[in-house]
Amino acid sequence: MRHRVKGRKLGRTASHRHATLNALATQLLRHKKIKTTLAKAKETKRFVEPLITKAKKNDLSARRYVARFVKDKEVLKELFSEIVEKIGDRPGGYTRVVKLGYRAGDAAELAIIELVDYNEIAAPKKKETKESKTTEETKAKKSKKAPKKEEAEEAEVIEENKEEKAEKKTTKRKTSSKKKSDESKKEVKEEVKSEAEEDKTDSETDESAAEEKEDK
Amino acid sequence: MPHPKRKISKTRRDKRRTHYKASAPSLSKCSNCGEMKLSHRACPNCGYYAGRSMFVPES
Repeated sequence: MRHRVKGRKLGRTASHRHATLNALATQLLRHKKIKTTLAKAKETKRFVEPLITKAKKNDLSARRYVARFVKDKEVLKELFSEIVEKIGDRPGGYTRVVKLGYRAGDAAELAIIELVDYNEIAAPKKKETKESKTTEETKAKKSKKAPKKEEAEEAEVIEENKEEKAEKKTTKRKTSSKKKSDESKKEVKEEVKSEAEEDKTDSETDESAAEEKEDK
Repeated sequence: MPHPKRKISKTRRDKRRTHYKASAPSLSKCSNCGEMKLSHRACPNCGYYAGRSMFVPES
């Protein structure tokens, strides 16, 4: 039974966990949007929302309480002035967690946690700047990289249309490619061995070396 | 202490393992760009989720 067991330990000692949550909360309030693992994002949500609720009281005791966790004075100032004002009458639910899929290195599930009331500020700004940059870059690189990418995309689209069949095919391809790679490795090993043998048997003729290959 | 009387035969072991199967990921079409994506997750191709941009993809 897991009755009355709340929260996650995040694989940390208590002090390490407190430090992690303090840091995550501070960075979330500073940047309004942070990318982290799903477990940490959900724990941050549990941690930060009561702090924001506390901050809405906007008196000295609340300020001192929140300051125990948010160590950055500038962030604390911003929380009690701008963020609280922006949140207004929202009765809790100040943050949003959106899953992103799995990290390549350790297959950890990633997520973005963001303040709900900072929708327009967090996302579109980045979008405008980066999109303009990317378009310029693509224009510059069009002659080189564009055709290859298009081909790859077309291939992907075709596969996606077939859906399950395509998936099966890809798995088959993967297995076949693995086999091929194994075979190629074997061939390489054999070549290395044969070369070593030839070095040893300089005096012997090529025919005898070939016979040894066949034997092995 | 009690012990198994017999070694489990290859057949019996393999019959047990016939139920170990990989399942296909539950994919759906992204409502923004049309690429296949994992459901309940932001689209890795365009960075959109529930009609709004969560992040801007690098490429």
